[in-house]
Amino acid sequence: MKLKYPKNGKFGEFGGRYIPETLVPAVEELEQAYLKYKDDVEFKKELQYYLTQYAGRPTPLYLAKNLTKFAGGAKIYLKREDLLHGGAHKINNTLGQGLLAKRMKKKRIIAETGAGQHGVATAMACAVLGMNGEVYMGYKDTQRQKLNVFRMNLLGSKVHPVKEGTQTLKDAINEAIRDWITNVKSTYYLLGSAVGPHPYPVMVRDFQSVIGNEILAQMKKLEKKSPDSVVACVGGGSNAIGTFYPLIDEDTKMFGVEAGGEGIKSGHHSATLVGGSKGILHGMLTYLLQDDEGQISETHSISAGLDYPGVGPEHSYLKDVKRVKYDAVNDKEAVEAFLLLSKHEGIIPALESAHAIAYAMKIARNMPKSESIVVTLSGRGDKDVEEVGRYLSKNVKNKK
Amino acid sequence: MSRIKSKFQDLRSKHQKALISYIMAGFPSERDTISAVRGLVKGGADIIELGMPFSDPLADGPVIQNAGFQALQKGMNLDKFLLLVKKIRMETDLPLILMTYTNILYRQGYDKFISIVKKAGIDGLILPDMSIDESKDFLQAAKKNNMDVIFLISPNTTPDRIKKISDSSSGFLYLVSVFGTTGGQQQFQNYTTHAIKNTKKILGGKIPLGVGFGVSNPDQAKFIIKSGADAIIVGSAFLRLMENTPSEKIESKIGQFTSSLKKATITE
Repeated sequence: MKLKYPKNGKFGEFGGRYIPETLVPAVEELEQAYLKYKDDVEFKKELQYYLTQYAGRPTPLYLAKNLTKFAGGAKIYLKREDLLHGGAHKINNTLGQGLLAKRMKKKRIIAETGAGQHGVATAMACAVLGMNGEVYMGYKDTQRQKLNVFRMNLLGSKVHPVKEGTQTLKDAINEAIRDWITNVKSTYYLLGSAVGPHPYPVMVRDFQSVIGNEILAQMKKLEKKSPDSVVACVGGGSNAIGTFYPLIDEDTKMFGVEAGGEGIKSGHHSATLVGGSKGILHGMLTYLLQDDEGQISETHSISAGLDYPGVGPEHSYLKDVKRVKYDAVNDKEAVEAFLLLSKHEGIIPALESAHAIAYAMKIARNMPKSESIVVTLSGRGDKDVEEVGRYLSKNVKNKK
Repeated sequence: MSRIKSKFQDLRSKHQKALISYIMAGFPSERDTISAVRGLVKGGADIIELGMPFSDPLADGPVIQNAGFQALQKGMNLDKFLLLVKKIRMETDLPLILMTYTNILYRQGYDKFISIVKKAGIDGLILPDMSIDESKDFLQAAKKNNMDVIFLISPNTTPDRIKKISDSSSGFLYLVSVFGTTGGQQQFQNYTTHAIKNTKKILGGKIPLGVGFGVSNPDQAKFIIKSGADAIIVGSAFLRLMENTPSEKIESKIGQFTSSLKKATITE
């Protein structure tokens, strides 16, 4: 089941390379470089150096005692990716790809961002590695995540608000791809999730697998076994695939949690694997939210980072072979989990990660106390306090 | 013989190159699309390329993006598109090429989609995000339905790959003239001329070479033809013109512009 380096970039039927011809030499150059450096001793040493000294790895695996007590079932561990430099798991990938881009002698880096976390992590990698960063961000997202726009600017990257289409993550990716087509020779496209044409889904997964590898080692120390269950939120799915992939051959139940928005039945959600169908977008064949004619649907989630109509192709594969169970948590449940974790553990989670927390609380109740769940806390929630404030005041008003 | 192939043969005997004109189905309205077709026919276009809008057109620049967005807003869909093609078929016998994105076909199933549009009167397909490496099922379905498949190449496509791609193309091969998305260029650079000349050499006359992306006026058309192209493809310039022309004048304005471009394709 573990597809180490899938043939033709395919996970079963998913993935591949559905791209304009101009980009073919670029992804081939990228693949060559990745294959050359991924097992290169010097490259690995340098990445390891930045991950430990700059980003703050390894991250703790924290037993959330209060939360465990509150749920009243299995032990809940939190994989604290929120403690990384920049406040999210995204830096694992941007440092890896940044070092690769440097070896490829690309000076100009472009990226897309939803909530702004990948944009910030890209801006940090560019600053520390001495490269120029430009980040595409949906206009709607620049409005709901102003703090991150400010941070990217501080870190020396330029932010391009994207006013096309739905003005969210998918449109930011479209615009980044258009930039890449135009500046293909000079520019490295630093994709932030495990999506896009091959080799991005594999490469991003590999850089994020540090999460699952650490979980496995830490659990073997703490519990003398691999975790009984792991839970991670899924937008494009980079923190989730980084969590799942190293554990695929373990005896571990896996749960991917998508954004249920206002509920699957409402049609206002971003739960691609739960409510979607197969299609082709952003260079890959994968599950998508689309209408009967193949037009991509507008998505909704309170969390900008999960607000995406596609999903990484490896997740589509893991769904179809039934290795991972994908489910959805709606806005309301995510906000409740956001408040709960803040109050009970003193940890403000990113709204994205709050989806995973909410789901873990649900399943923990039905598991024996001897078992343990690891939840990947993919990011911290400072960026979301305003959004949650808006949500709460709106919903209190509605109740009146 | 396919309409596209015989069109190129006919033009060759007349010492002409082909003018391929792109318009977006349903932009600014369905009626205006028909008016534009009449203008294209009167002005002397050789092949008409009809865009079917897709929500995420990642190879397109602002003009075509906007046209597609507006067409979708006004309710363009597959049924309406087919009806429009049938109406166009009543106006003209010119070859009709459908340009859209792969997901529009994949959603219906390649075979089903291709057979439906073929029946309506489409002769060829252009999908900017369909890579030759992923095209097996698509090509099979196209072959089954006698549909021409026009693949795209770019100035950075390697000679080996150009050969491979041209072997799977029918009708003509589409060279993207520049690094960039669709839309007007100020001036072409040397690499475009090189790409045209090199590709022509590789093709060795086996299949015609069309050049598009950024060709927006007669001078540019002449330049591209002079460099060796067998066809020029003009899109965004037509859409810009339609955007700024009242409905009742679309036919005549498009007609004038088409004939100014067509002149550039007559080499003798």
